[in-house]
Amino acid sequence: MMNALVQATIEFLKLYWAPLLCGVAVVAILPLAVGYIVLVERKLMADMQARLGPMRVGPHGLLQPIADALKLLIKEDIIPDNADKMVFWLAPVLSVGAGLLALAGLAIGPAFQIAQDINIGILFVVGISAMGIFGIVLGGWASNSHYSLMGALRSSAQLVSYETAAGMALVSALLFTGTLNIKSIVEAQSKNGEGIWFVMLAPVAFFTYLVASIAETNRAPFDLPEAESELVAGYMTEFSGFRWSLYFLAEYTNMIVVASVATTLFLGGWLRPFASVHGLPGFHLLNFLDFVPTLLMVAIAAYCVVRTPKQPTRVQQLFMLAVAGLCFVVGLVLVAPVVLPLIKPSLRDAVAPFYAGIHGGFWFIFKVSLYIYFFMWLRFTIPRYRFDQLMRLGWHFLIPLSIINVLLVGVALIVGEFFHLHGWGLLLVTTPAAVIALVAALMILAVEKQRDAGHDPNAASDFYAG
Amino acid sequence: MLPIGHYLFLSLALFIIGVIGVVTRRNVIVVLMSIELILNAVNINLVAFSRLYGDVAGQVFALFIIADAAAEAAVALGIIIAFFRNRETVLEDEMDLLKW
Amino acid sequence: MLDKVLFYFFAAIAVGSAVLMVTRRNVVHGAIFLITALLATAGIFLQLRAEFLFIVQIILYVGGIMVLFVFVIMLVNLDVALQQIQFARQKWVALLVALALAGQVGLMFWSSGKMPGQGLPVLTASAVSSLPPNSETVAHSLFESYLLPFEIASVLLLVAMIGAVVMAKKRT
Repeated sequence: MMNALVQATIEFLKLYWAPLLCGVAVVAILPLAVGYIVLVERKLMADMQARLGPMRVGPHGLLQPIADALKLLIKEDIIPDNADKMVFWLAPVLSVGAGLLALAGLAIGPAFQIAQDINIGILFVVGISAMGIFGIVLGGWASNSHYSLMGALRSSAQLVSYETAAGMALVSALLFTGTLNIKSIVEAQSKNGEGIWFVMLAPVAFFTYLVASIAETNRAPFDLPEAESELVAGYMTEFSGFRWSLYFLAEYTNMIVVASVATTLFLGGWLRPFASVHGLPGFHLLNFLDFVPTLLMVAIAAYCVVRTPKQPTRVQQLFMLAVAGLCFVVGLVLVAPVVLPLIKPSLRDAVAPFYAGIHGGFWFIFKVSLYIYFFMWLRFTIPRYRFDQLMRLGWHFLIPLSIINVLLVGVALIVGEFFHLHGWGLLLVTTPAAVIALVAALMILAVEKQRDAGHDPNAASDFYAG
Repeated sequence: MLPIGHYLFLSLALFIIGVIGVVTRRNVIVVLMSIELILNAVNINLVAFSRLYGDVAGQVFALFIIADAAAEAAVALGIIIAFFRNRETVLEDEMDLLKW
Repeated sequence: MLDKVLFYFFAAIAVGSAVLMVTRRNVVHGAIFLITALLATAGIFLQLRAEFLFIVQIILYVGGIMVLFVFVIMLVNLDVALQQIQFARQKWVALLVALALAGQVGLMFWSSGKMPGQGLPVLTASAVSSLPPNSETVAHSLFESYLLPFEIASVLLLVAMIGAVVMAKKRT
């Protein structure tokens, strides 16, 4: 019996060692990555507010996340007096668990996926990240405080409302693939000369998913439940130290998950722009885009070298040179799979998986970063929505818009089938559909504005007051 | 797949625990949760046989049961909220407005 | 072997959580144990290679129905209810009858062959590698053979939604 168990374990490890390794890598790197995303956010916030951001800890504040993590770890763990200890312990665990599990279904590049080739790919990610709601609700309840409970109920009502709109937006994009498998979705956007990124085929769906995903992750302008000027920190109020850092980690992990889903479904996943033209004659000119990752890295390295003399202390100058060297090395690694086949054509087959893996990973991370940069940009620019305005936006605007969009995209696809349109030709039918959806959206907004005009502006604005 | 009996006994165990919850507890919300447990037991049964026969109809039926359970939970919880507003209780012994 | 380990793992969690749910004094704890039981059921679905049903169970049951339950529990949660008797007056008779039912059905399963699995239809499940992709099969079935129940289910959900809203609204 023991022998059989040991044998079975060895068999299991032999089959699944690659996904397990990916999983370990993700769990190890994620907290560090989240810490640095927070640093990027603070630096961006500072830049948009004409100041410098964290500069003290480490050169240019680059060790700030480590200092923050240490602080949170050694903070005193306070549990409110009559709080339910088991649920208080469980709530942050649920949030983080849901976020990390959702990361397991995603594919960063064609070779890096933890749960490989599951039939229900995208639906798995969306469904598991919906389980994060429990972390919020139970956290607010377990704190034994009215404000936490209200913040938790508001936050989860918001999450549940925008989940429908996000799901419908995803359905509009899934109509173009006919499958939920993540690798198939990205392949449908490439398809050797025929593929087109779904953001161009379904722009209204992308917009809906963008707005809904901001609401799903409790980010500004939808961050009423956790804003500091509102219910203190909402459901996170009574959590301190490591528990709070778990909630924080969960929030940024959700951001990464949502950005990854949008990238996979709308922005072409790990494909380079115009990837589908590799095999087509006459489109070799666009292959210069293969050099963009390298050029980006070399540009950053050059910028670091140029700014080196302007640093005040020797340590900072050396640090800048080190960063420049690192970027240059990364640039070399990125250019190797592209240049080697040009020098020695016989190496083309040997280098192809490295090209796909490394460049795929770069483009995927690049697009996810763009999406998250947009999140941060919105946070520092737009004022917050009041809770009833938020709920009204979700139920009265986004859900009708996304359902109308699904209908229109379906009709467009049927018309496209009738005329045998594929790939870029589908743009002919989906652009009118997008225009009609836009007109519908404007009509909904006009109706809402009319309803507002006849509405008493001082009426009860609290969702739970009625 | 394991022999079908394993799934049948699991389904039976969950069903009986759900039935005990329904007939034994006083809190009407716990009764509702036990009904959900019963529905899940039936789902396990259906899906196990669907796998055995290779017919997907069992899974489709389970899907309809889940949709139905959602509808029923929503309506039942609405009733409970309405009753709670009137009588301030969730214990089934005290829900005796129709007694003469 | 992996199948067996997964089945016993999920079955143990399901039955354990179910027992705990039915016996907890605190209803929120009961709801948490029901969530665990539902997740274990989803695991059983996954072990039976019903992937679409697995994710539907998580999205609808755990992410929808249980959130609804937890909301309502928080709205009606009385500290008074925690102090009162949790079990009805008929508990012993009820328990006896339920166990009699369990014994009856269990005996039926057991005696149709002396071991579970025998005596029941002599079929073996198809090998995992020859299974068609699950989502596509369920989708074909829903839109071809079972289209009418599908549409009726959507009407049912609409009716339930209207009913729940009407019932829970405050009469102003």
